[in-house]
Amino acid sequence: MATDHVVGIDLGTTNSLVAFMQGDTPVVIPGEDGLNLLPSVVALDAKNQPVIGNAGRNSLIETPERAVYSIKRLMGRGMEDIQEELKFFPFRLAEDLQPGEVLRIKLGDKTFTPPEISALILRQLKRSAERFFGGPVTKAVITVPAYFNDAQRQATKDAGRIAGLEVLRLVNEPTAASLAYGLDQKQNGIVAVYDLGGGTFDISILKLHDGIFEVIATNGDTHLGGDDIDNLLITIALDDIRGDLGVDLRRNPEAVQAIRKAVIEAKIALSSQRSVKLDIELPGGKHYRREITLEQFEQLILPVIDRTVGPCKQAMKDARLQPEQIDEVVLVGGSTRIPKVHALVKDLFRREPHIDLNPDEVVALGAAVQANILGGSEATQNMLLLDVTPLSLGIEVAGGVTDKIILRNSTIPASARQFYTTQVDGQANVAIHVLQGERELAKDCRSLARFDLKGIPPMAAGIPRVEVKFLIDANGILRVSAREQRSGKEAEIQVQPSYGLTDEQVEGMILDSFDNAEEDFRRRQVIEARNEAATILAALEKGKKSPAWGQLTTDEKKQIAKMEKALVAAKAEDHYQAIRKAIDALNQGTTRLAELMMDTAVSSALKGKNMDETDLGEGPTAPHPMAKAEFE
Amino acid sequence: MTAKSSLTAIAAKPLPEDTHSCWSCGSMRAAHFCESCGKVQPPVPVDYFTFFGLSPKLNLDVVALEKDFYDLSRRLHPDLNARAGSREQEWSLEQSSLLNDAYRTLRDPIKRTEYLLHLEGVALEEQSKNATEQARVTGEIKKQIVPPDLLEEVFELNMELEELRMNQKMGEDDPALIAEIGKQKLALEAKHDALFEELQTHWKAWDSLIDPSRQPNEELAGERTQVIGNIVDVLNRRNYIRNLVRDVNAALEN
Repeated sequence: MATDHVVGIDLGTTNSLVAFMQGDTPVVIPGEDGLNLLPSVVALDAKNQPVIGNAGRNSLIETPERAVYSIKRLMGRGMEDIQEELKFFPFRLAEDLQPGEVLRIKLGDKTFTPPEISALILRQLKRSAERFFGGPVTKAVITVPAYFNDAQRQATKDAGRIAGLEVLRLVNEPTAASLAYGLDQKQNGIVAVYDLGGGTFDISILKLHDGIFEVIATNGDTHLGGDDIDNLLITIALDDIRGDLGVDLRRNPEAVQAIRKAVIEAKIALSSQRSVKLDIELPGGKHYRREITLEQFEQLILPVIDRTVGPCKQAMKDARLQPEQIDEVVLVGGSTRIPKVHALVKDLFRREPHIDLNPDEVVALGAAVQANILGGSEATQNMLLLDVTPLSLGIEVAGGVTDKIILRNSTIPASARQFYTTQVDGQANVAIHVLQGERELAKDCRSLARFDLKGIPPMAAGIPRVEVKFLIDANGILRVSAREQRSGKEAEIQVQPSYGLTDEQVEGMILDSFDNAEEDFRRRQVIEARNEAATILAALEKGKKSPAWGQLTTDEKKQIAKMEKALVAAKAEDHYQAIRKAIDALNQGTTRLAELMMDTAVSSALKGKNMDETDLGEGPTAPHPMAKAEFE
Repeated sequence: MTAKSSLTAIAAKPLPEDTHSCWSCGSMRAAHFCESCGKVQPPVPVDYFTFFGLSPKLNLDVVALEKDFYDLSRRLHPDLNARAGSREQEWSLEQSSLLNDAYRTLRDPIKRTEYLLHLEGVALEEQSKNATEQARVTGEIKKQIVPPDLLEEVFELNMELEELRMNQKMGEDDPALIAEIGKQKLALEAKHDALFEELQTHWKAWDSLIDPSRQPNEELAGERTQVIGNIVDVLNRRNYIRNLVRDVNAALEN
């Protein structure tokens, strides 16, 4: 189907993008405002309608209690592991949040889970793509930080589903970037990708071999990025203001957001100039002014960017490589525009890093390449990505110890088998605790899920032999299956994800059902279907006058008349599916008529329609009817 | 082209149990993927050597293995079967995880050796790993039989490590002691390397017993058991030294 576009999406902490392969070149699809970057900001307007991107950014300052940014920091996390986040980010948690529950964030007086907020961003990108293609987009490749754990990956996949997207693959961001770079540089060698974004840091080391992109080692920190630099600058400004003016603005969200906006601009300016002057108007009309020199800035951020050194060294150690053995270093992520970061990478790998492609866009471009690979297209025929799992997978064993069964940096898909037995006679259930992480004790690792093996046939203690198979799929997400070997019975597995939504919850969140834009789209579908129905009915009228009509049996004519009547009736109603079905039925029913008319001029109208059912009626340049409201 | 022929060999090699014909086109003798139509076949439970079409020999051409790994990845990886039916996608997922597991195990000489022991019914690695983890968590000294040829050295080293820990506790510094421990550590590392060479002589012995011309009889079985015993012995000693070096490193880092 020509309309079946698979897009590549970079769902970033600060900005998000959507891209696709145009021929053999990946390109970013701009939003309605003509910009490639969609700020990952979600706000609710006065009518409780979601506003995404730049429009939402204004809301951050005007009505900060109705807006949220950097939601990626909360994906797949529980209340107990976001305490640091809460100190620096204005996330407003729902008051009735229970421990162990998926987080809910307040926007105005409504609450949303992080996957739902991410889904609103994804839906905005989906609309941009649909406007661009002039047709629905339902399939996507979405990128995630390489160091994302299972829960964070699952949350991202859930977000896609909520947005009405089938997520064909989650791709690691640095790996995606290497795909974009590797597209026109058909060379072999070792490449390191250093990806410092708004909120996450990844380092991946790859071996390029005749189109195979094999990740050898990856490491990172899913809570390290430009956000942390912003927070340092905000803290300084707030301290200054309290000292000089005697007012504490920490509890004034509007003022904090105004300061945040100003320091981000200052940070960006310092990538190209020696000093910058801050001038912020405070509530009450006073101004906060301060000059920041490049030296001061660099000294300030050193502790933050130094945190990237450890993961880089670990990745090199895991890859068993010295810096000299790395052929190329590629910079990805907006924060790599900071000259000091550039210098740090140069120092660490002892070579000049590459920045040929726009570091804000390269991940989305790579996602589009991967989408193309999955589509089996010629442009990427020879390319294959072999990625790894960033964290070891383990099982809790006696004494609270983690027994690692799949080591970090194992190529995925990867699997491991474990055998379990019972401890008392007739025991029917065995509990399994799955962990992710490198630490020796279970309590220091990330709890992924608790599984209950159920329905083990009654046997004496120690006799059952339950084989549990753990499989990490190509998305880096765990699957578990079990079989009792003595009886050959499939053991039932009950999964309780430690952090995350159940299938039912995701199902209930899917945006389409109450989405106005989707409603618009459906309305348009109905109109188009009616036009198509009119065309085929007109063609049938002509067909009835042709000599071929006489060659049909009475029964056939009767059938066609019945279907014609059904289509006329359906056409009068508002149900796209009903019209569609009636069109298809009539198309089917008139196949023989069309065949008989093959020689006549009229046949093309009927037969043509028969062969072109997926035609949406408008070319890619046609204006898309939806997504207008959000950028006013 | 050797590359192609080796891949075809893998595709064509009949696996134990079933699937000698492709589920899709009916061509005969299909294993991981069909030689004729390229479709991924349902996985058959086989050992890692058989998966790569190899006999269970310990000397292995790692460069050729990598090539086969890449070639098979191009056939079996889920990305390249993303448009296939859901059943084929599942097979592709299982086949490629098996491929990755097999490659990861076989390319590493120690993992490969341990895997062979596992196939021969020796559960060396798990026992030792669990015992070690348990000991580290409970803080007890792992009850392990010290290889006789190391007895004296280990005794001396443990005394020195004890002294070092005492010094560290008291905040004292004894450069001479640290230098002495460092020297012992180097000696241990040299032994560790030497054991790998010893291991390789046993590999050779094992591989000669895999020769298909040898008739399977009691004599052969006895020889095999003997070689396996030798390998277990070397690996145990090697693991012992590795743990010892790790303890020394930990003590020195404190």
